[in-house]
Amino acid sequence: MTRLIKPAGGLTRRNFLNTSAAGAAVALGAGILGGPARAQPKRGGTFRCAKGHGSTTDTLNPGSWENGFMLALAYGIHGYLTSVGADGSLQPELAESWEATPDAKIWRFKLRQGVTFHSGKALTPEDVVNAIQFHRGEESTSAAKPLLEAITDISTEGGDTVVFTLSAGSADFPFTFTDYHLAICPTKDGAMDWQSGDGCGPYTLVEFQPGVQARFARNENDWNQERGWFNEAELLSIVDLNARTTALISGDVHAIDKLDLKTIGLMERNPNLNIQSVAGNQHYTFAMSCNKDPYTDANVRLALKHAINREELVEKILFGYGSVGNDHPIGQGQRYYNDELAQTPYDPDKAKFYLKEAGMDTLTVELAAADAAFPGAVDAAVLFQNSAKAVGIDVQVARKPNDGYWSDVWMKHPFSAVYWGGRPVEDAMFTTAYAAGAAWNDSFWENDRFNELLVTARAELDEAKRREMYYEMQAIVNQDGGVIIPMFANYTFALSNDVVTGDSMSSHWDQDGERWMERWSFA
Amino acid sequence: MAKLLRLVATRLGLGLLTLLVVSVLIFFAVELLPGDLAEAVLGQAATEETVEAMRRQLGLDRPAPVRYLEWLGGALRGDFGTSLISGAPVGEAIATRFANTLFLAAYAAVIAVPLAILLGVLVALLRNSIFDRVANVATLTSISSPEFFVGYILILFLSIRTGWFPSNASLSGDMSLTDQLYRAFLSALTLVLVVTAHMMRMTRAAIINLLASPYIEMARLKGVPPWRRIVRHALPNAWAPIINVVALNLAYLITGVVLVEVVFVYPGIGQLLVDAVAKRDFPIVQACCLIFAATFILLNLAADVGAILTNPRLRHPK
Repeated sequence: MTRLIKPAGGLTRRNFLNTSAAGAAVALGAGILGGPARAQPKRGGTFRCAKGHGSTTDTLNPGSWENGFMLALAYGIHGYLTSVGADGSLQPELAESWEATPDAKIWRFKLRQGVTFHSGKALTPEDVVNAIQFHRGEESTSAAKPLLEAITDISTEGGDTVVFTLSAGSADFPFTFTDYHLAICPTKDGAMDWQSGDGCGPYTLVEFQPGVQARFARNENDWNQERGWFNEAELLSIVDLNARTTALISGDVHAIDKLDLKTIGLMERNPNLNIQSVAGNQHYTFAMSCNKDPYTDANVRLALKHAINREELVEKILFGYGSVGNDHPIGQGQRYYNDELAQTPYDPDKAKFYLKEAGMDTLTVELAAADAAFPGAVDAAVLFQNSAKAVGIDVQVARKPNDGYWSDVWMKHPFSAVYWGGRPVEDAMFTTAYAAGAAWNDSFWENDRFNELLVTARAELDEAKRREMYYEMQAIVNQDGGVIIPMFANYTFALSNDVVTGDSMSSHWDQDGERWMERWSFA
Repeated sequence: MAKLLRLVATRLGLGLLTLLVVSVLIFFAVELLPGDLAEAVLGQAATEETVEAMRRQLGLDRPAPVRYLEWLGGALRGDFGTSLISGAPVGEAIATRFANTLFLAAYAAVIAVPLAILLGVLVALLRNSIFDRVANVATLTSISSPEFFVGYILILFLSIRTGWFPSNASLSGDMSLTDQLYRAFLSALTLVLVVTAHMMRMTRAAIINLLASPYIEMARLKGVPPWRRIVRHALPNAWAPIINVVALNLAYLITGVVLVEVVFVYPGIGQLLVDAVAKRDFPIVQACCLIFAATFILLNLAADVGAILTNPRLRHPK
């Protein structure tokens, strides 16, 4: 059984109906937040989920979280100021409402009243301030540090409001707090206390063995009684693909992620399983360093973009569980996805033309790849080599070790394979990986018009103007950018038949935005 | 007896020296790996700033020899440091994992050692019979296949097809011993299959070797039945090589089972070591490797002592 769920905002009739139904429900029940658009799920049961992530070196320190195991754990036990709903929209969580000054520079977040941590301590604005400050400053080693760079000051106001002052306007600022690193932990002795594992999420942490498993119990005093349906949840780290698949097939667990695309057909035949494939913003790329020859020439970049057979990659690397990319990082389900932009095709003649424009007849490049970049990266590079032959471009595939790939190959080698999880908003994605001078601008790309638009669009509150700007930015990245984005990979995971999910699933992260613990239930 | 004690003392002293050398090798091997802890932990999320801050906080910006000597100084005082990532003392981080590994090793050894010796004696007794050949082919097949493959085959037949045993052996603290034995059965069985052949073949070879000696022929001539000739006359003289092979296999059960751990999701020390190496968490790597080295040293010593104790000629030298 396969259920292909298009991203929310996609074009299917079913989705349109869902969205309008949800809209109607909100309109009718104004004020009831997170009201379910489905029949009341059943409470109870112990849910076991095995994930292909997790390491013995994991800790509860929010700044160090980097894998799906910790992501699911974090969304299970912690509360966040805002969250991404199943339909991809921004939802209030610990912040009940927020407002900005007209220049989008000062943001006031009003906290929900009556929220307590698992320990019984009430949530205060100071907790929020300390939790965000934890990721900032000289000494911070947090992965979320770059996200918060625009903040110049954080203060409290009136006992229930937190005020953020930014160095420049940012219309999408509330989205920042959906990031899984920015968990709101209680304050102890004037600083954030992450060590205790205390939080204000739908589940309390019962046991945590890094790299092995974590166990959770429902938080009876959760402020939101419309979530957290299981009595207990267990999260297992089963990195070995075979062991993970076996655990599901033998009935030991109820859900697994990161399916083996090569054998997904066999799993589909099993009547007890439910295979899910959710299109999201996760994309696989080949990044060229625009500050190194021959990639300094935009014509060379265009030649390479036309020399890759995208359909073939989607078919042979993703086994159809994905879609072709158009050399910009914005997913089809996103608010400002440019659907008017022409798709860059596999066109050897055009590629040859651009190569001529660059003053070359043939070209030899070395492409570094390892399966650490994305599953099947080495095979994808070989397919690229094959399709580029017709153009007269010799793509030499340099296979690199998985160990140390991110420190020694990525952004060091001028042409390398990369994966990106995607970001819920356009600005975050562009700022992280395409803005001039950004730490993760892995193509070392600089385009004046793009950078100007990026700053203007960020502070623009007028929807139509913003749309126009983001459309233009996607067109610029598509033509001039230094990253080849041949494919967007779906999130694929499998559930046993007795698990009930919502009608639509979030594409924010894997497995319903990794919020399965609060959203799913047993039939 | 005094001589034996002296031997034990000398060997333990040499063992400590070996451990020191091992610790130097391990430290510099970890140093040689590309990237350091800060880069490995931050992964794709590393920016120059955060990497620098983390190096400063962990003292990784100081030269390698200084860091090694500091660690050594601590180790001599019994302080093996703290995990660079979690900040937990090394002992605490390793204790549960190592206990799990010992549990699995003991579980497999308790089945494998008597089984292997019994089979060895039986095939020596019935050598060149059908039983001998079947036992040899079966055990050699299981030792020749990679252990993860043996594991997958067992999972396929004993877990997926029949549902008799769970495929993953994840243990948690509040399980009863019976539950733990049940959960870990397939992983233990895999290890049994992998180590039995070696010990059985050695038992068989050592006994058959002795069967050609004149004193066995004497026993045969005076009418001692075959099983008694082997168990009473040949086996006591064959113990030394058998004990050696058993010791080596026990060491393997403790140090070499990471693949089995991965296949069965067993939370042992092997997985901990692999993760620590991937993240360059040096104190954990060092502690795991020292435990492994000490295992080999102690088991080899035990084998030598065992060989002396079972041999009257060595026990009472002239």
